[in-house]
Amino acid sequence: MVDARGLACPMPVVLAKKELAKSDSFVIMVDNETAKQNVTRFGQNNGCTVTCREVDEDYELTLERK
Amino acid sequence: MKNQKVLTGITGLVIGAIAVLLVVLGNPANMGFCIACFIRDTAGALKLHTAGVVQYVRPEVIGLVLGSTILAVAKKEFQAKAGSNPLLRFVLGFFVMVGALMFLGCPLRMMLRIGGGDLNAIVGLVGFVAGIGLGIVCLNKGFSLGRAYKVQPLEGAAFPVIQVVLLVLLVAVPSLLAFSAEGPGSMKAPIAAALCAGLVVGALCQRTRFCTVAGIRDTVMFKDTTLLIGFVAVIVACVVGNLIVGKFNLGFEGQPVAHNDAVWNFLGMVLVGLGSALLGGCPLRQLILTGEGNVDSAVTVLGLTVGAAFCHNFGLASSAKGATANGKIAVIVGLVVVAVIAVCNICYNKKKAEAK
Repeated sequence: MVDARGLACPMPVVLAKKELAKSDSFVIMVDNETAKQNVTRFGQNNGCTVTCREVDEDYELTLERK
Repeated sequence: MKNQKVLTGITGLVIGAIAVLLVVLGNPANMGFCIACFIRDTAGALKLHTAGVVQYVRPEVIGLVLGSTILAVAKKEFQAKAGSNPLLRFVLGFFVMVGALMFLGCPLRMMLRIGGGDLNAIVGLVGFVAGIGLGIVCLNKGFSLGRAYKVQPLEGAAFPVIQVVLLVLLVAVPSLLAFSAEGPGSMKAPIAAALCAGLVVGALCQRTRFCTVAGIRDTVMFKDTTLLIGFVAVIVACVVGNLIVGKFNLGFEGQPVAHNDAVWNFLGMVLVGLGSALLGGCPLRQLILTGEGNVDSAVTVLGLTVGAAFCHNFGLASSAKGATANGKIAVIVGLVVVAVIAVCNICYNKKKAEAK
């Protein structure tokens, strides 16, 4: 799991990009709406299905390459 | 995703149109908005510097922050956060201002200057893109200012509250403040119009995450053009608006509140682009984030403010006559300092990752 909580733009997407280069499926945690939208958009732009689950005050995003 | 692009495009068009309108209502030419110039003017009004021609509490800045706050609270996105290398952010903010006042404008004003036909701003744009390019190299090599942590809501609310205090001072006790009698600081749209313009743009930018740096950075790094659409839309709206009101003036010479020293326009914006890329957002974006409770961005804005005061107290800021010797030295120092910060940060993060 990639923990991108507390990281400001664009770090969550940078971490997601690095992880996607290594694996076809992973989970990334973010803690704000902007990061959630940015990572979701990155995933969708790169051929992934993105599912989001709210965990307490954070978001758990699962990116899976189609 | 398509909706985001449409909304960002509309935001860009609205920003460009409002910027032209603010000039018609009294703001300096090609300066409907300029985050650097307006923070500098506010610093002057508070007597942090005494350059008589650039002193005024700009209601646009107050509106931008409060517009963002109102929408962030309404959308339950207000989140008080702090602790992501605040002092480094302050220093980066300081030097972003040094670069912006070398060029005479923040990235947003650079776009408005292009939209007004000022070709010197194209030179600035090339520098800005080059600076962001250097920032992207740093980000790819592991640059990160680190995590922020949740703090008490009062801390996140402090900066928006300060804006309310500034507005009260401006309206109720202006005698406490310094106001320009001549020069750009004396040219202003009516308070209500400027405040409303700020509120609308602040709310739209909060919603769309509009950022002049991210438009270019995301296109290069992630092939995501969402925010670039907003960037282009501002310029398009500005060109059309200026043509309609007869303020489009194509050329390098005699441009309003600008100089045509290409090398220093370029280098000033390299510093702005690099510093902003490392900060994660342009000066406008930093203001919007303060409205959402981001204390690190508030510290960055304080860095911009102190930077502006230094620029005028020590003769670093350019004028229509051109760049100053002190300003040129400050930009070079700024580029070196920002490079040192970037290299030290990358080395530190690498060591930390290896230790894990």
